[in-house]
Formats: sequence, C-alpha cells, structure tokens
Amino acid sequence: MTAPVRIAVVSAGLSQPSSTRLLADRLAEAVRLGLDGQGREVEIQMVELRELAHAIADNLVTGFPGRALRDAVETVTGADGIIAVTPVFSASYSGLFKSFFDVIENTALAGKPVLIAATGGTARHSLVLDHALRPLFSYLRAVVLPTGVYAASEDWGSGDTALTDSLPGRITRAAGELTALLGRAAPAAPSHSADDEDLEFLPFDQQLAALRPNA
Amino acid sequence: MAAMQFGIFSVGDVTVDPTNGVKPTEHERIKAMVAIALKAEEVGLDVFATGEHHNPPFVPSSPTTMLGNIAGRTENLILSTATTLITTNDPVKIAEDYAMLQHLADGRVDLVMGRGNTGPVYPWFGKDIREGINLAVENYALLRQLWDNDVVDWQGKFRTPLQGFTATPRPLDGVAPFVWHGSIRSPEIAEQAAYYGDGFFANNIFWPKEHYQKLIAFYRKRFAHYGHGTPEQAIVGLGGQAFMAKNSQDAVRQFRPYFDNAPVYGHGPSMEEFMAETPLVVGSPQQVIERTLAFREHFGHYQRQLFLMDHAGLPLKTVLEQLDFLGEEVVPVLRKEFAIGRPAGVPDAPTHAARVAAKAAEAEATEPDAATV
Repeated sequence: MTAPVRIAVVSAGLSQPSSTRLLADRLAEAVRLGLDGQGREVEIQMVELRELAHAIADNLVTGFPGRALRDAVETVTGADGIIAVTPVFSASYSGLFKSFFDVIENTALAGKPVLIAATGGTARHSLVLDHALRPLFSYLRAVVLPTGVYAASEDWGSGDTALTDSLPGRITRAAGELTALLGRAAPAAPSHSADDEDLEFLPFDQQLAALRPNA
Repeated sequence: MAAMQFGIFSVGDVTVDPTNGVKPTEHERIKAMVAIALKAEEVGLDVFATGEHHNPPFVPSSPTTMLGNIAGRTENLILSTATTLITTNDPVKIAEDYAMLQHLADGRVDLVMGRGNTGPVYPWFGKDIREGINLAVENYALLRQLWDNDVVDWQGKFRTPLQGFTATPRPLDGVAPFVWHGSIRSPEIAEQAAYYGDGFFANNIFWPKEHYQKLIAFYRKRFAHYGHGTPEQAIVGLGGQAFMAKNSQDAVRQFRPYFDNAPVYGHGPSMEEFMAETPLVVGSPQQVIERTLAFREHFGHYQRQLFLMDHAGLPLKTVLEQLDFLGEEVVPVLRKEFAIGRPAGVPDAPTHAARVAAKAAEAEATEPDAATV
C-alpha cells in the first residue's frame, strides 16, 4: 500500500468566481483522473491565495508566517507535485502569486514537479508562462513541466482548431506530463516541514577545519 | 548570587513618536539610553545591553564608549551587548575594547555575539556577506585565543596574520568576559555556542516560540555532546517584549500607535495577532509575569531574561515608567517564582566573581599535591 500522492494546487485568482480557480480545478481533476488510472490514491489540497492575502503581506513585514500561512506553505513544500495558477497582471504573474513564493524558503521546492498555468483576458499574454512563471520556478530549482496551460477568456468558449488544441486538450496534455512524472517518482518525504526535529548543521570542528589556511 | 538575571536590551533606534510627531535628536537618544541604563540599576535590574549598528536610524555604533560611561555611574549593573558584530569588527579590537571595559567596570561585562541585521555593513567594513558564518567562526576563534593566551601566533583566512601578539589589557583576573552567541535563524551559531560551552541568547521577539524552541533544544543537545554538562546545564538567555499599565485596557490603548508604526513590525499584523504569535505582552504587570513564567515551560530553566522596552518612538518618560513596573512589580515576582522547583544542577547566571572562583577551584583541583612531590 503506497502513500497517497499529494498535489498542492496554488490559485492566485482574486474574483469570485474566478477563472483562475476554474482552471486550477480542471487541472487538478485531470491529474486526479490520470493518477487514478495508474491505481494511485491522490490527495489534492487547494491553497487559495486570496484568503491568505493579509497573512502574506504580514509575513513580508514581520519576516515570519502566521499560523494559517504556515500551514499553506507546509502544504506546498510537503506536496509531491504542485499546480500553480495565476492571473496575468501587467504582463506577468500577479503580485500576490509572486509574494507567496517569496515567503517560501528558496530551496524548499527543489526537485518538485510544477505544472504552471495562467489566465488572462486575451491570448496575447500567453507567453507569460515562459517569460515569467518558468524562470521563477527554474530559480527555485523546481522541475517545470514542458507544457504550461494558458487560458484566455475566449478559450472557455471555443473548441479545437486546425492549428491548436482546445483548452481541455491542453489541460489533458499537461496533466498527463505531471502524472507520468509522479508515477515514476516515489512520494516525497515531507522534508521541509517547519516541524522538523533535526536542524541541518555542520559539526563545529569541520566548520573550523574548513577555515584553516591551506585547507 | 542570582540564579537568574533580569534586564533590558536596547536597539538604540531613533524613531518618531507617532502620537506627536516628535523625533529625538541623536544626542537626546544617546543620553536617553544612558538614563535608561541608570534607571535599570536604580529599580534593581541586573543587566543593560546595547545593540551595535552602523547606520541611521540607530545611534549605538560604539558600544564600549557608551557602556564605559554607564560603568562609571553604576555599581551593580552588568553591561552587555545585543549584539556585538563578530563578523565585521576586528577581533583584536573586540578583545582589547571589552577587556578595557571589563577593568573599568570591575568585571561587570559580558557580550552577545551576532552577525548584524544590515547587509551593507559587510562591504562597508570590507567584508563579504556570503562569508557571514565563516567570519563569525574564524573571528571568534581568534578572539578566544587573544583572551585566553598571553601571546598569540595566528593565521586565518580573513585577517592579517599575527605573530607574537599580546592583546592588552589582559582580561581582568585572567578571566575573559562571558560570551553568549545570539542567533535568530542559524543552527551553525547554536553549534558554535555549544562547542565552546558559551551561552546562547535567543532574541525571542520576532518569531513564534516553536522556532526558538527548536534552536534552543538543539543548542542544549550539542552543549552536552561537547562535554560541558547535561543539556539542562547549558546557559540560555531569552529576550522578551512588554508594555504595561495598571490595567490591560490602558496598556493596549497607549501602546497601539507605537505598535502600529513600529519600524520592525508596524503596518503588518494587528497587535492582537502579534501577541498571539510572538512573546509580546501588552497588558498588566501580572500578564507579563504569567507570560514570562511560561518561557520556562517552553525552553527549560534558563539564566537570563532581557526585555525590549525602549523602541518604536516611546518617549523617555514612558520608558522610565515601564522600568518602574518591571523593577518593582514584575521582576521581584519572577525571581521568586523562577526559583521554585529550579533543580540544584541548573547553573546560576554567569558573573565575573563566580567565574573567577570557578577558575581558582579548577586550578586547585588540577595542581599536583605539593606534599607528595
């Protein structure tokens, strides 16, 4: 009996209902179906950044997360895979989306598969996936999936064309990449939980020895 | 001798009083810090510690100058730092400045080592911030030699070599000032404190207690690992932060504008949220007593409790009133309550006299018996 695969879904949509959340839900569902198909149990945890907006700003000011934000950060850093969805604001991810990843330790997502997705009014901003989200998660040393999903308003009401897949097609392809990757990998240990018993450190004699001249 | 020491630590910020727009001059703030230290002794506190900063809006760039002045005007107060920049100061100058202060203050001196809170302070002093931990490690290793050995030959990575160097004056009675190591985040610094059997000071102001519990538990475990005693015998100091009035509603009303505009956490969480998440207490002296007594449950029996009382633009008059509360109503109760159930093996807070006596006893124990020679 293997442990369930934990997927954290981060949605930075601000309106309610939100098309960003809608896209996040579609992606999560597609990933669940894919993992079900492999006989894997899935645990999907939704992180709505709107509810954490104050807490994220507080963390920027005080330097530490309050309880609710700490739980959300642990959900994300403890997940086996992440689905990260933001609306496009001023040609990039939203400030709230960026601020959330700013308050996470910059090594906590290393090696984690991330499915990136974004929503916008028109398709003209679709390169935000590759010009903004992909570099952000590359910096965090996450494994960013080849397919990102961008949903413009028009995508919610159009089907396949001769040149492009429809939105459901792109969702299925991206979700397939994530499930393939998760299917191969063993579930991640929750190694970045704030409740870690043991702190990482270098024994002091080694610390000192490294500083000896000619060392 | 006191099992526990109580006192205050000051950041030394010059901050506008948000209730009236008044900003003290540097001169007024420096004099206020001295007045606060003198008041600390008057109300029966044990320790005054000053920060060290090299940028506005902070005034205390030269801690031993200030502490020397206070030393000349007090009898019992222990003078300390919070913190001394072990990274960017020359360890030779630290060795000499604090040995000099130790003589002038008749031993009433100890230090908390820290790495500073301002990135540019490293390049301003010709250092590389990426070497922060290594600077703390090497500089302190040299500082120990300068204090513990009369003649030092030294070569390291960060400083000009020394050959046949003697730091002067020598520490008072051959016993260097006690050292605490302060850290908010780094287990490496807790490890360093444990390795030397020095004290560990957790400022205990900005983060939830779970964070400091982890660091202190780690320090205690490593203190025992290096053979300095049991984990319970490690020397722990804690910060804390309080604002008091006779009744808690008045304290909340008076402190809120200072909290809301404080440079370190203002414009963030509400005061109520911050009180729930961190050790800040705004309330009656009884509430401060209860909250502080709980530290013992969280961190184990400890040796030193310092409070941050004079920041965020609080006027001197208010700070002095706060010290009256602290000295007259809070600390006497804390002394009594903390003594209850304190196991015999838990060491008293370090003093120069006790450390001189301990050194003499140790020398006697290891000296070959003259009669048998």
